[in-house]
Amino acid sequence: MSSQARHIQGMTTLLQENSAETAREAELILRVKSGDHDVFYQLIQPYERRVFATAMAILRNEADAEDVAQDSILKAFRHISQFRGEAKFSTWLLQITINEARMRKRRMTIRAMESISEQPDDEREYRPREFADWREIPSESLERKEVRNALIEALNTLEEKYRSVFVMRDIQHLSIEETAKVLDITQASVKTRLLRARLMLRDLLSPGLNGQWTAKLAFAKGVKPWE
Amino acid sequence: MGMTCETVWRESSNYLDETLGPELRLAMDEHIQGCKKCASVIEGLRNIVTLYGDERMAELPAGFSQRLQRRLEANKLPTRRHFFGWAVAFAASVVAVGSFELLRHTASEKPEAVAPPHTRRPVPPDMQVVVAEGGAQFHRAACPLLSGRSNLRTVAAAEAIHEGLSPCPRCMTEYL
Repeated sequence: MSSQARHIQGMTTLLQENSAETAREAELILRVKSGDHDVFYQLIQPYERRVFATAMAILRNEADAEDVAQDSILKAFRHISQFRGEAKFSTWLLQITINEARMRKRRMTIRAMESISEQPDDEREYRPREFADWREIPSESLERKEVRNALIEALNTLEEKYRSVFVMRDIQHLSIEETAKVLDITQASVKTRLLRARLMLRDLLSPGLNGQWTAKLAFAKGVKPWE
Repeated sequence: MGMTCETVWRESSNYLDETLGPELRLAMDEHIQGCKKCASVIEGLRNIVTLYGDERMAELPAGFSQRLQRRLEANKLPTRRHFFGWAVAFAASVVAVGSFELLRHTASEKPEAVAPPHTRRPVPPDMQVVVAEGGAQFHRAACPLLSGRSNLRTVAAAEAIHEGLSPCPRCMTEYL
C-alpha cells in the first residue's frame, strides 16, 4: 500500500469514528493540512495541559517545560503533513513532546541530576510502609497552594521512568495502551511502573495522613522511604 | 486458598483500575476486609489517584496560551491571502536595491570601504526567553546563569528587547 493510500485510509478511519470530537478533530487536521493555519490553535487547545504536563514530568522545571511544550506544538504545526492518522493526534503530539523534552534534558548537563540512560525496572517486590491508621487527604485541600506544591515535590522525587508513567496515567488520564504508545514501552512495563509510582507516592505523602501537611516533609530532607 | 498480602500489593494498582477478573477481585475484597494493612494500602492508593487526578494538579502557567498563540501567529507560513503582500514587499525591495546600485555606479568618488560581513544573527522575535527580575539580559531556559535566580518569567524575545534587555553572553552567543 502506498503511503498516500495509507494516509487516506488512516484519515478515513479517523473520520468514521463515532465521537463527534474525533470527527471535529479530523476535520481540523485536514483544514490545517490544506493551508488553513488559523485553526491550528483550535486543534491543539484541548491538549495544551497534557503537552505541558508531559514536558514537566521529564524536566521538572516550569520554565523549561513551557519552552519545550511550545516548541513541541510548533514542531507539530510545521510537520503536520507527516501525521497520517494511524495513531491518535494526541498520541502523536505527546510523542513529539517526549522526544523534545528528552533532547532538552540531555543538553541540560549542568542541571541534570539523574542519568539519562534508564535503569532496568526494579523487579523486587515493593513493600508498602505500614501505618497504624489511615487518614485521607481530602480533595478540598488542593485549594491550598502548599498542598499542591507538596504533591508536585513528592512526584518530582520519583525517577523519570516512574514519574512519566504516573503523569500519563493518573494526571493526564491516558489509557494503559496510550501510555505505552506515547512512552514507547510495553503495557506490562506501564503497569509495573505505575504500581510502584503509586505505592511510592503513598509512602512519601504519609506525613499528610497524620495531619502534618504544614510540617517539613521527610522527602524534602532527601530521605526516601523506599531506599 | 487464602490470598497473601504480597499478592494484594502486587495487584493493588490493577484493583483500583478495575482491570482484574471477577474471581481475583472478590478474593482481594475478602482479604482487604480482614486485613488492616492492606486496607490502608488500597485506601492510600485510591487517595493518591484521586488527588493527582484532580484538574487543579494540571494547571498551565499563567499566560501560557497567550504566549503560545503569539508564537503560532509568528510562525504561520504565508498563505494565498498573504501572497500578494509578500509579492509587493519583494517588488519594493528589488526596486530599492536597483536604485541603490544605480546610485553607487554613477558616483565618481572613491569607493567606500566594504564593510566586513555581518555574521550576527538576529534573535527570532517569537523565541521564548527567560528574564530574571532586575536582570539586564535575557536567557535560554537552560542557561546556567539562571541557576538560583528567583522571580523568573518567560517572554518573547521581541518583548525582552523592547524592555531594553540584551542576549545573555553565556547562552545566546550566536546572537551577540
